[in-house]
Amino acid sequence: MTVMTYRQAIHDTLRAEMLRDDRVFLIGEEIGIFEGSYKITAGLLSEFGELRVRDTPISEEGFTGAAIGAAMLGLRPVVELMTINFSLLALDQIVNHAAKIHGMFGGQSSVPMVIRTPGGGGQQLGATHSQNVELYYAFVPGLKVVAPSSPADAKTLLLAAIRDDDPVLFLENLALYNTKGDVPDDDVPAEIGRAAVTRSGTDITLIGYSRMAAVGLEVAEKLAADGIDAEVVDLRSLRPLDRETLVQSVRKTHAAVVLEDDWLTYGIGAEIAATISDGAFDQLDAPVRRVAMAEVPLPYAKSLETAALPSPDDVETAIRQTLAAVGRVH
Amino acid sequence: MAPHDVRAEPDQSEPVAHYRQMLLIRRFEERAARAYTEAKIGGYCHLNLGEEATVVGLMGALRPTDYLFTNYREHGYALARGIDPGRVLAELYGRSDGVSKGWGGSMHLFDASARLLGGYGIVGGQLPLATGAALAIAYRGGNEVVMCQMGDGTTNIGAFHESLNLAALWRLPIVYVVINNQLGMGTSVEQSSAEPELSKRAASYRMHGERVDGNDVQAVREAADRAVAAAREGRPTLLETVSTRLRGHSVVDPASYRSKDEIAAIRAADPLLALADRLLSDGVMTVEDQDRLEESVTAEVAAAVSFADASPAPDVKTLFDYNYATPVPNDLKRLPAQPLFGAVGA
Repeated sequence: MTVMTYRQAIHDTLRAEMLRDDRVFLIGEEIGIFEGSYKITAGLLSEFGELRVRDTPISEEGFTGAAIGAAMLGLRPVVELMTINFSLLALDQIVNHAAKIHGMFGGQSSVPMVIRTPGGGGQQLGATHSQNVELYYAFVPGLKVVAPSSPADAKTLLLAAIRDDDPVLFLENLALYNTKGDVPDDDVPAEIGRAAVTRSGTDITLIGYSRMAAVGLEVAEKLAADGIDAEVVDLRSLRPLDRETLVQSVRKTHAAVVLEDDWLTYGIGAEIAATISDGAFDQLDAPVRRVAMAEVPLPYAKSLETAALPSPDDVETAIRQTLAAVGRVH
Repeated sequence: MAPHDVRAEPDQSEPVAHYRQMLLIRRFEERAARAYTEAKIGGYCHLNLGEEATVVGLMGALRPTDYLFTNYREHGYALARGIDPGRVLAELYGRSDGVSKGWGGSMHLFDASARLLGGYGIVGGQLPLATGAALAIAYRGGNEVVMCQMGDGTTNIGAFHESLNLAALWRLPIVYVVINNQLGMGTSVEQSSAEPELSKRAASYRMHGERVDGNDVQAVREAADRAVAAAREGRPTLLETVSTRLRGHSVVDPASYRSKDEIAAIRAADPLLALADRLLSDGVMTVEDQDRLEESVTAEVAAAVSFADASPAPDVKTLFDYNYATPVPNDLKRLPAQPLFGAVGA
């Protein structure tokens, strides 16, 4: 194990995979000379050259689609979309092409590509640069969507994504780039489609992914001092969704709070809540509670932005209220 | 199905071979239109009627190792690429022996061995993909070429601009071909494009642009040969072929927006009839030759119909066979009425 940041784990994994497999190349805006908006690709242009670290014009649809076409011919492109907000410019290529090509042609072609892109609010970037629209991709059969919450998962899920023969959306998070943690030294990929129980507990299940899985863990550790023993399920993979793991956890704790960094209505939390209803209805002591963003375009002003985004305090409040409602007051 | 017997046919010089391919496309498409009215073909069905000279001229310029991406009006391309008409028709019928195993239909023909990497239904969607295929060739230092076909309406979508810019910047081995049949669905080129001479748009990317008579198979072939040769040297081209759609946008479109005079003019410009007249008057083909080709093509299309009719519908058990190329745990495979936890295994 080596302690490093989430950013470093992604950088080092990209580099290692490029050294291992010359079909792997990087493509995106400002990833070469500028070294990436968030410096994930720092140093890679000088090490690997322009063929393998390809700067593009501002043409998200064009270069994302080009990566799909290159993948159809057997290369393994890793696209960087500067933020997930800009992925909407490439929506047709991702949804109508990357996701469809394997099935629509009866399995004759595959699209072994990765789209890396960060989401996340809280940086005062305003309404169009702070969204978490991974829901749009998690909705679509044919895509895989993974969302690491720790440096270790950033490495192992990225390894899995690059070695997978399907299009994988690899969701990064602006608020996690500087977080640190232990990262395994070997190169064993994670299994896409598996959630992880990151803290075992008996009183209530917290379910989240990306930043909110990290927040859930932080709040659970804090509440342990008050005698609340929360279990934390980090989804890690939004498609496929590991329904079994989260339902098993709720069947043990009999209560759940879903944490999401996104709007509540029609959101990923709604799918989680419906899944719990299907799989653990008879085991629930309380309705499934959702902690989610306020339903507004995220404002710039710090006071408004902070109020709109889910915080650790919000998570703690929801946990305490859920337990109180069923008489398990702490 | 058995391959058709070429021994029964006249010696095929290139012009006669072109004629035969055009005739096959014509008779196949006419048969497809009939099959559609018989409800053997569902969904959309767009025909290459009137574009036979263009299709055959373009395909003749490609090597078997070159790649082709098209839009949804692509039956003729598949045939000219040498794909068995029976497997093309079976795809239109939604049968398991179709080129895309019944998953694609008329708009989504695919054949890896013929390097037809897809018919695509979203206008412009194939352009970034084809550009990326050319990027992959350049990445590997290969000498294959990609041809990317599109309709005239495609030149107004963002993917067109982005793709041509990337190809020119990166000097990719690709030929973009605009099939200008002068109509979107019912909207004319003049109504949709401020510069109706579409090949001129190449100038925006310092790319070579060229316009050619799409009714003249030889002219298309020569222009395509030049464009393909340039592409092999990393110089992309925007080639525009001008022809006329003989029927509506799709099988269900009666084309009532066309005047009687227009329709008469269209018939007069029929590329198949024009080529037959020329080959006969030049003495390259005799009337007997023409009759024998007609007979052989008719038999080939009839065999395709029998093959497609006999091919079984895809087994419902295969519904989830192509969810992913790399299987992963928790991939949800459920039918509409199945409970979630009956299917996932709780």
